[in-house]
Formats: sequence, C-alpha cells, structure tokens
Amino acid sequence: MHIVVCIKQVPDSAQIRVHPVTNTIMRQGVPAIINPYDLFALEEALRLKDKFGGTITVITMGPPQAEAALRKALSFGADDAILVTDRAFAGADTLATSCALASVIRQIQNNMPVDMVFTGKQTIDGDTAQVGPGVAKRLGLQLLSYVSRIAAVDVEQREIVVQRRAEGGVQVLKTALPCLVTMLEGTNEMRFATMPNMFRAARHPLKVWDKDAAGIEDMTKIGLKGSPTVVSKVFAPTPKSARAEIIAVESGEPKDMAVTLLAKMFTRFPQIEKQLTQQA
Amino acid sequence: MSETAPARKGKRKFELDPRLAGYKGVWVFIEHERGRVHPVSWELLGEGRKLADMLGVALSGVVLGEPGATTRNFCEEAFYHGADRCYLIEDDILKDYRNEPFTKGMTDLVNAHQPEILLLGATTQGRDLAGSVATTLQTGLTADCTGLTIDPDNRSLAATRPTFGGSLLCTIVTLNYRPQMATVRPRVMAMPARDESRRGAIVEHPLNMVEANIITKVLEYIPDAMQDKPQLPFADIIVSGGRGMKKPENFQLIWDLAQVLGAEVGASRPVVQAGWADLERQVGQSGKTVRPKLYIAAGISGAIQHRVGMEASDCIVAINNDPNAPIFDFATFGIVGNAMHILPALTETFRQQLATTKIAS
Amino acid sequence: MSEKFDAIVVGAGPSGNTAAYTLAKSGLNVLQLERGETPGTKNVQGAILYSDALERIIPDFRDDAPLERHLIEQRMWVLDDESFVGSHYRSEGFNQPPYNRYTIIRAAFDKWFSEKVRQAGALVICETTVTDLLRDDKNRVVGVQVDREGGSIYADVVILADGVNSLLAKKAGFHAELDPTHVGLAVKEMHFLPEETIEQRFNVGEDEGVVIELFGKVTQGMMGTGFLYTNKESLSIGVGCMLSDFKTQKISPYALLENMKNHPSIKPLLADGEMKEYTAHLIPEGGYKAIPRIAGDGWMIVGDAGMFVNAVHREGSNLAMTTGRLAAETVVALMQESKPMTEANLAAYRNRLDDSFVMKDLKKYKEMPEIFHRNNQFFTTYPELINRSAHTMLKVDGVDKKTKEREIFSSFTHKRSLFGLMGDAYKLWRAFR
Ligand SMILES: Cc1cc2nc3c(=O)[nH]c(=O)nc-3n(C[C@H](O)[C@H](O)[C@H](O)COP(=O)(O)OP(=O)(O)OC[C@H]3O[C@@H](n4cnc5c(N)ncnc54)[C@H](O)[C@@H]3O)c2cc1C
Ligand SMILES: Cc1cc2nc3c(=O)[nH]c(=O)nc-3n(C[C@H](O)[C@H](O)[C@H](O)COP(=O)(O)OP(=O)(O)OC[C@H]3O[C@@H](n4cnc5c(N)ncnc54)[C@H](O)[C@@H]3O)c2cc1C
Ligand SMILES: Nc1ncnc2c1ncn2[C@@H]1O[C@H](COP(=O)(O)O)[C@@H](O)[C@H]1O
Repeated sequence: MHIVVCIKQVPDSAQIRVHPVTNTIMRQGVPAIINPYDLFALEEALRLKDKFGGTITVITMGPPQAEAALRKALSFGADDAILVTDRAFAGADTLATSCALASVIRQIQNNMPVDMVFTGKQTIDGDTAQVGPGVAKRLGLQLLSYVSRIAAVDVEQREIVVQRRAEGGVQVLKTALPCLVTMLEGTNEMRFATMPNMFRAARHPLKVWDKDAAGIEDMTKIGLKGSPTVVSKVFAPTPKSARAEIIAVESGEPKDMAVTLLAKMFTRFPQIEKQLTQQA
Repeated sequence: MSETAPARKGKRKFELDPRLAGYKGVWVFIEHERGRVHPVSWELLGEGRKLADMLGVALSGVVLGEPGATTRNFCEEAFYHGADRCYLIEDDILKDYRNEPFTKGMTDLVNAHQPEILLLGATTQGRDLAGSVATTLQTGLTADCTGLTIDPDNRSLAATRPTFGGSLLCTIVTLNYRPQMATVRPRVMAMPARDESRRGAIVEHPLNMVEANIITKVLEYIPDAMQDKPQLPFADIIVSGGRGMKKPENFQLIWDLAQVLGAEVGASRPVVQAGWADLERQVGQSGKTVRPKLYIAAGISGAIQHRVGMEASDCIVAINNDPNAPIFDFATFGIVGNAMHILPALTETFRQQLATTKIAS
Repeated sequence: MSEKFDAIVVGAGPSGNTAAYTLAKSGLNVLQLERGETPGTKNVQGAILYSDALERIIPDFRDDAPLERHLIEQRMWVLDDESFVGSHYRSEGFNQPPYNRYTIIRAAFDKWFSEKVRQAGALVICETTVTDLLRDDKNRVVGVQVDREGGSIYADVVILADGVNSLLAKKAGFHAELDPTHVGLAVKEMHFLPEETIEQRFNVGEDEGVVIELFGKVTQGMMGTGFLYTNKESLSIGVGCMLSDFKTQKISPYALLENMKNHPSIKPLLADGEMKEYTAHLIPEGGYKAIPRIAGDGWMIVGDAGMFVNAVHREGSNLAMTTGRLAAETVVALMQESKPMTEANLAAYRNRLDDSFVMKDLKKYKEMPEIFHRNNQFFTTYPELINRSAHTMLKVDGVDKKTKEREIFSSFTHKRSLFGLMGDAYKLWRAFR
C-alpha cells in the first residue's frame, strides 16, 4: 500500500499576536508546527501501514523551513518526504494549492502507484477544509471527508469502509481505492517516535522539488496567478460601542445584585421573561 | 520584526471578463439530511435575499434529493424563506448525500444557469460539496464567512472571515471568476421570517447518472443519539463557564443555574481542554456559534475567539471579578464579582421568580 | 543496533552548542541531544550576548545571527520605594563596530546557533531527553540513555551541557543537590512595544540599546537585582534573588516582579506594552566555591551545569561558551593523540579553564556571594539612605546645605552605626577585590 499524506507547516496560531498600533501580525517567535489536524491523518496512515505494510510519502508545499515539519513526520515513521518549494507557488489560495499538490501526487504516481491520499480536515491558518476535496477532484479520487474511523480495508478487493461525520449522524461509506481521506480531529493519538526513527529522520535525504519537478506546466494555475480569491482588506474586529451596564448595589450582596439584574433584564428584554414563563 | 499581513494590496480595479457578464443571480444550496433541511440553509436564504436585492437579481434555492413530496416541499419552504426560484434535481441516486453525484448535479446546474454567487453552509456536507464544486468549476471559494456584502464599485461579493487564529478579520473578493462561492457557519446569520404566502417557480433538471457508475455507496446512516447531544446552536438560553470557574467541581454551579433556567451549558475553550466540559459545548471560533436570547458568561474573559461565537446573542450577562475584563466591553449587563458567590444567588433568585410566576399563572 | 559516536553533547544552550560546534568542526562524529522542541524553546536569559566568546568560534557571527540591539548605554539605578539614584554611562565608543555587547532573544539566537552546529556536521536531535548515563563495568561513562524506545546511545565521551540544576550530574553523583544559597531564581517578562516607541523612550537610535540594572528595594530585602533590557521591539524585564531568600521571606517571584514593574520610575517605561512571555529560571550563583567536579572517566561538564556564572557582572553565556569550547578542544587534542577519555587525560580541561578568564574572574569574586548573603543592608538600608540623601539635597526648602549634609550623615549613622558603615565599606572592597 502506498499512501501519500499532505501536511502543512503552520504558525501556532495560539501564539500569534496582533500589533496593538499597526494592526499587523507579529510573527516573531511564533513557533511553526505541523498543522495539528494533519497529525490525525498521518497517524491513521501509519496505522494502515502497521497493518498492511507499504510505504508512506509525506508531502508539503511551503517555504524551505517547512523541512522541519517533514523531518518530524519522518520521525513518526513516514518513509519518504518531499518538500515542494518554489517562489512560483507563493500567494496560493486553496484552488492553486490543490492544483500544485495534485500535480505533485501525479509525479509521485509515475514512480509508484498511490492507493490512498490523506489530508487533515482543515488547517489552523487557512481554516478552509477545501484543499483535500480539491485534490481529490483533480486526481479523480473518491473523496471521503470528515472521516472519524476507518472501519475496514480490503487490500485484495481494493475496497475501503469508513465512518464519515455527517450533520446529525454518521454515514458509513464504502468505496474503492484509490481514494482521498480527510481525517477528523480527535480520532487517534500520534505515537511517540522511537530513537532509531529519530536518527533516520535526522539523516534522511529530503527531496526538494521546484515547480518543474512538481510537473507544473501551466503557470497561470499556481501561486498568486492561479488564485481566484484575493484578500482586499485585513482589519481588527471593531469593538461594540456600548459597554455593559454594570449592576451595582449598595449592599454589595450577591443576592441583591441578582434581584436588580433580573428586574433590569426583564424590563429591557421582555422576551426573556416570556420565554422563562412559558418554560415554567 | 513585524510584518504587514499578506494582503495583496488595495482594491484591484478590474473589468469583469465579458464572458462572465452573463452570470446573474444569487443561489443558496438547500442542504438536507434524513428529511430535514439544515437551518443554515434558511439563514443563508435570509442573507442571500439581501445580496440579491442589493444586486437587483433573483434569489434561488438549489435542491437535490430523491423524487417525492418531501423534496418538493423543501422547495416550497425555500420560497417561504425568501427564494424567488428553486432549481431542483430529483433522482433516486440523490437519496443520501454523496460527493460525486451532488458535485455533478450542482456543477451542471451552475454551468446551465450561471449564477454569480453561490452560498453553502459551512457544515460537513456544505464544505465537502463546496470544495469539489469550486475545483471543478475552477473558481474562488471563501470558507467560513462571518459577513457578506456587495462591493458597490464592481458588484462583486465581499466576504469577511476571521484570519490568523481569529485575531483579525479579512475581506476576500473573487476576481475574474464566476460564480463567487462562500460557505457560512450555522447561526452566524439571522433566521429570516417565514412567510407562507410567498410563491416561486421550480426549475427542474435531470441528473444524467447511473447508480452502477457511482463508486461510493452509503452502507448505513447512524443518527446521533440526540438526547444527550447538546443542542447549543439553537438553545434560547445558555449558561457558559470559563477558566474563571477555577475548579471542575465549581462547574456544577453553572449546571445548577442552567437547570433552573432550562438552559444549555456552554464553555470556553480552556475549560473544554481541561476536560470540565465536552467538546460539543465549546462556544467560539473553533466551537459552536450560538445566538440565544440570553447568554450568561461566568468567569469568561471575552477573548475574541470566544466572542465571535456568541456576540450575536440578544442579551449577554457577564460575571467576572476583573472590572477590566474585555467581556464587559460588549456584554449587555455586567456583574463584577466572584462567580462562586454570584451564580448561587442568581440560581436562587431565578428559582423564586419562576416559582411565583408559576403560581400566578 | 545501537549507534556509537565520538562524542555526545547533552543540551543545546550556548555551552552545548559551542562544544558541539567545535567538535564537529574538527571532524569528529558528534551527536547533540536537546529535550526542547527546538533549541532555545525552553531557555531563559536576560539576555545580553558578549561578543568575544562567540567571536572565537564564529568570527563572522554578526553577518546572520539574530541580534536585537547593540548596547551603547548602561544605567545603574539604586531604588527605594518611590525614587532612584542612578548613574548612566553612555559612549559613542560602544557605537563603533564591531560592537561588544548585544541584546538577544534566546529562542531565536539558540535556533540560529543550532543551525550553525548542524552545518558544522553534528547530528542534532531535539525533543529527546537524556535520562541517564550509561556506564561500563569499570563505572566509566560510555554513553547515554534517552526517553525513547531504542534509546541507548554510545560515545567515547559525554559532555554534560544540560544547564543549571543538571539532573544528570546529580543522578550520576557528580553533583550534590543544589544548595539554595547557591542558586538564584529569576523571573522575566517580555513587553512588546513598537520600535519607534522604544527608541524615543530610551533616547537611542535604530539598533542601539540600553541596559538598566536595578538594585535596592525592588528585591524587598532579598539578595538580588533586577534588569531591564531593550530589544528591537520589546523590553525584557526581570528580577532575580537567591532561592533561599524566596523561601525564607515567603515572597512569590511573580509578586516581586509585579511590584517592581509598578515602581513609579519603571512603570512609564513599560506603558502600553503588551506582555507576552513570563518565564522563570534558575541561575547558579555560588561562584568559585560552588564549582563541582567537572570531568571524569568519559564525561565532562560545561556551562551552567558546572556553575560557571559570574553573578556580579551578569555573565553566564560567555562562560558557557568558553567552557564548552575548552572542553571540546581538550577532547579534540586527546583524539588527535589517540588518547582515551580517562579522568587523568581529561584533567587537561581543568588546566585550560584555570588559564582562562573563567576561573580567574570566578576566583576574584569568590567571597562575594557570602558577603552579600549575610548582609542584607546592601539591599534595603543603603538604597533607602542614598535616595533619602538625594531627596534631602535636591529639595529646595530654605534649609541650608550644611545642615542638610549633617542630617544625611546622621541618618546614615542612625541606621548603621559608624562602625557598621566602615565594616560595610570593607566588605564591599573585599567582595570586589
Ligand atoms: C485558533 C484559536 C481558536 C480558539 N477558539 C476558541 C473557541 O472556540 N472558544 C473559546 O472560548 N476560546 C477559543 N480560543 C481561546 C481564546 O483565545 C481564549 O484563550 C479563551 O476564550 C479564554 O477562555 P476563558 O475566558 O475561559 O479564560 P481566561 O481568559 O483565563 O479568563 C478567565 C476569566 O475569569 C475571570 N475570573 C477569575 N476568577 C473569577 C471568579 N472567581 N469569578 C468571576 N470571574 C473570575 C478572570 O478575570 C478572567 O477574565 C481560541 C484560541 C485560538 C488561538
Ligand atoms: C534571567 C536570566 C538572565 C540572564 N542574563 C544573562 C545575560 O544577560 N548574559 C549572559 O551572558 N548570561 C545571562 N544569564 C545566564 C545564561 O543564561 C546562562 O549562563 C547560559 O544560558 C548557560 O548556558 P548553558 O548552555 O550552560 O545552559 P542552558 O542555556 O540552560 O542550556 C541547557 C540546555 O540543555 C537542555 N537540557 C537540559 N537537560 C537535558 C537533558 N536531560 N536532555 C537533553 N537536553 C537537556 C535544555 O533544554 C537546554 O536547552 C542569565 C540567566 C537568567 C536565568
Ligand atoms: N501547502 C500545503 N501543503 C501540503 N498539504 C496542504 C497544504 N495546504 C493544505 N494542505 C492539506 O489540506 C488540508 C486542508 O487544508 P485547508 O483547506 O487549508 O484547510 C490540510 O489539513 C493539509 O492536509
């Protein structure tokens, strides 16, 4: 089984700060991590490899520093890693990203057929959940999104059964390989790398592909040029003009505060009182 | 080293490609599962109505489903919620949602009728479909929007969404590509009034697929056990607790008040991460968006990522012992004090109040 | 099959990086292990970088190292509760390249340094904690054990560069438990401000920086000092005191720093800043007398792990780099002569240290820790007296200056007898001798 896992290196958004004066993003010291959702995809792929054997190739499109994300993936047990990096890819939106990734996977296919592609549910920086479906469409792969569990894989019959999160329930889907799975969060827990894998990851000769190696022919389909969407404005959320009416009572007693609050609230929002009375 | 956000500078002036000028109208995908339309579709019709009126074009719903009264009824409901027209594909293949046939149906419709805007819910179904459709049509898609409007300069859709982990917002436009697609989360837009007197036209279309050629099959659908799943997004009253509740035991005070009010319990992210409440209860950017009549927030600072999930509530009551907590900047009422004392007092007061109204009625 | 290296360096702080860099540059097969996610993530420093020690191994470090500001001005403030008396030294001489001292942010700096180590040829592996030393039947150190499956790794020599409170050295019995009177506990915060604001507030130009050393009531009677450094677009502010003092006085380090930040002379410097990182770290301050055994069969200790810090001058990273370099040079020399890494052979490291500024400086101040520790008037009474004197002298209120001088003198002798004052002067002289 040959599995390709798409991972992205993202700034740890929990640590991003906005400049108080200029309203710009301050990235200094913000650590870059593997998109947390992608780890669920990688671990699921590793489990399939544990079960059925095979090869896992991780790919990422990003700046040269994204090497760190790939090495980390190797330490968890991936077999090979490709860093797709080229100025021509810069400024890509999801459409252009999926175009580039699909092209990379086609190149990989030329050497070794790919049975499955995994992506995370979404990234924490782009947050769109579109790249996975986009790649699937371009490669003509069956799309299994929001997968919460891989129930069964029949390697001989080339069939797979998964549970997919739907609105209000779970769909059990059966499809044929090759397919693309976007993995839901919380579905598994990433393993702890062994020391031999740490050594292997540190020494692994990483493949670095530019746009030519990635098989890009039409330059208008990638990077900024290939991106239909354009950010026209970035701004800070405007504070709501009215500050809260602070409930203050002379006694300072919680009980009196509560009584005052109820009185004020029911006057201003009779619908709330109505709601409560109806319930009662 | 600060850097400017990677906005590709300014409003790029552009002339719409004449080949795209024929794209007219606003479409909303009517999402349904197990015979129920997802409310986000109605919310989107409400928003779509505004956009269509700004542009002076028609608003249409798109319904894909199995043949029968239920599916047709979705079209009627779409008219009640503001649609002028419905594009309908009925086929047994469309009984359950599946990516391949839905993508085909939707792209065929778009190619045939050329809408300028296509809106979908940012649900597991909407996002699955939107990604495939946008890629097939080779057009732009803005995910998870919190605001939609029309740029009067060039009639294009300006979609606003959070960026950089929610610390900032950005407005995204789709240049020379049509339709302009966007997904919007449930409960971000207000539910429009339902008007049964509204009528509209149904435009039918064939799917042109055979089941034997579709590779993916639905074996089973396991509904969630609704009883114990919190229904936060649609709750009328929510009592939420944050890290200021200090200990998991104290969270019981939140439950106590919720019980008296018949309310759902919500939580901020740190509380969920600490395991005091389950993920389903998280309110905010990476949790649920809610818009209840009353939102009581105890021990929650009001960080932007929490705020975006609840600021549409009619009335927000904040309890926080720090008078400078950001939540007081946008709450309706504030109580400065220790939640561990205020909450029991509130519970008791509400209990008494409700008891008296009960006797009175 | 387990891996075997010429040398294993534990830790990727300045000492470990210098050691690994020097070893790898000499062509040895080096493994460096670091427990942090990336080098520097967990490391805390003020931080001031002294160029000299780094220049010796990477002469052109200024070309690409992440340096914040070069220092052109040093302020020394002695504070009481509401005022300070200070001296400023500013020199255009410090503004001539090559600059001598820089502020740095360790997270960025350590990452850069580690990249250099990698480029020099060492194998650097992060997120891996060394849990124990491996020994042979003669009790010689032959490698390390890490916290991962398949984690026994062998080497001819293991260099412990794991920082203050080296658990490894303790576990191996090279160290005793840290003596709380020998370690300082420092807390530090970063406050972010726009570059221009910092430059205006501190009266400096682009890339120029200021150091403020804070002394007196800010440590609430405990032995220690505070500091405020200008980075490119942030300020580092911190305060450190002896661990033992924190324990006996029951003051929380956090409260101490909060209090210091609210001092009327300090608060305006931080105004409108956005606080980010809050960190706490130990500093080995025992000085010369606290230095443990630093080498044995198959092992050496460098940097903070060996207590190599000059607390008086706030030097640490440069001693760390120097000890790291000297240890590595010792190993390289032995390897070249094909000599084994025995305790006797590694003793050459101690000799190199004795010849360097490291041991000379530490010896010079060897009495210092004890003197300050036993005499807390240096941190309470004097700062108050000095500030009160300044106040008395500067306040224009119709009292003649002669009377004021008398008043000041009597306030000193009242607080500390004449005898006490002379004793203190002697102690200070001894400490700095
Ligand atoms: C990418 C990203 C996504 C995120 N998504 C979400 C999300 O979906 N939802 C979410 O909630 N957060 C989210 N966050 C986290 C968010 O930034 C805040 O960290 C979080 O909302 C803070 O939770 P809190 O208010 O409970 O805790 P805190 O910020 O720690 O606030 C606790 C408050 O309790 C008050 N308090 C303390 N003691 C008492 C007392 N005895 N009585 C009364 N008040 C007291 C304090 O004054 C303080 O204001 C996200 C962050 C990131 C980076
Ligand atoms: C608040 C403060 C301010 C300071 N200011 C200055 C200053 O301005 N100028 C100056 O020169 N010095 C200053 N110092 C001192 C200076 O920081 C230290 O002397 C210097 O960092 C010591 O370097 P080191 O390499 O020995 O140790 P460290 O920098 O502490 O590095 C030790 C490394 O080892 C790793 N490690 C530890 N245990 C293990 C293990 N078991 N397995 C794997 N890895 C391990 C750690 O993660 C760490 O990366 C300051 C110190 C503090 C706390
Ligand atoms: N630049 C990229 N390189 C590799 N994989 C990516 C990249 N961007 C997105 N992905 C994959 O696509 C998934 C969805 O991303 P997004 O659509 O940006 O939310 C991620 O979880 C990744 O698996």
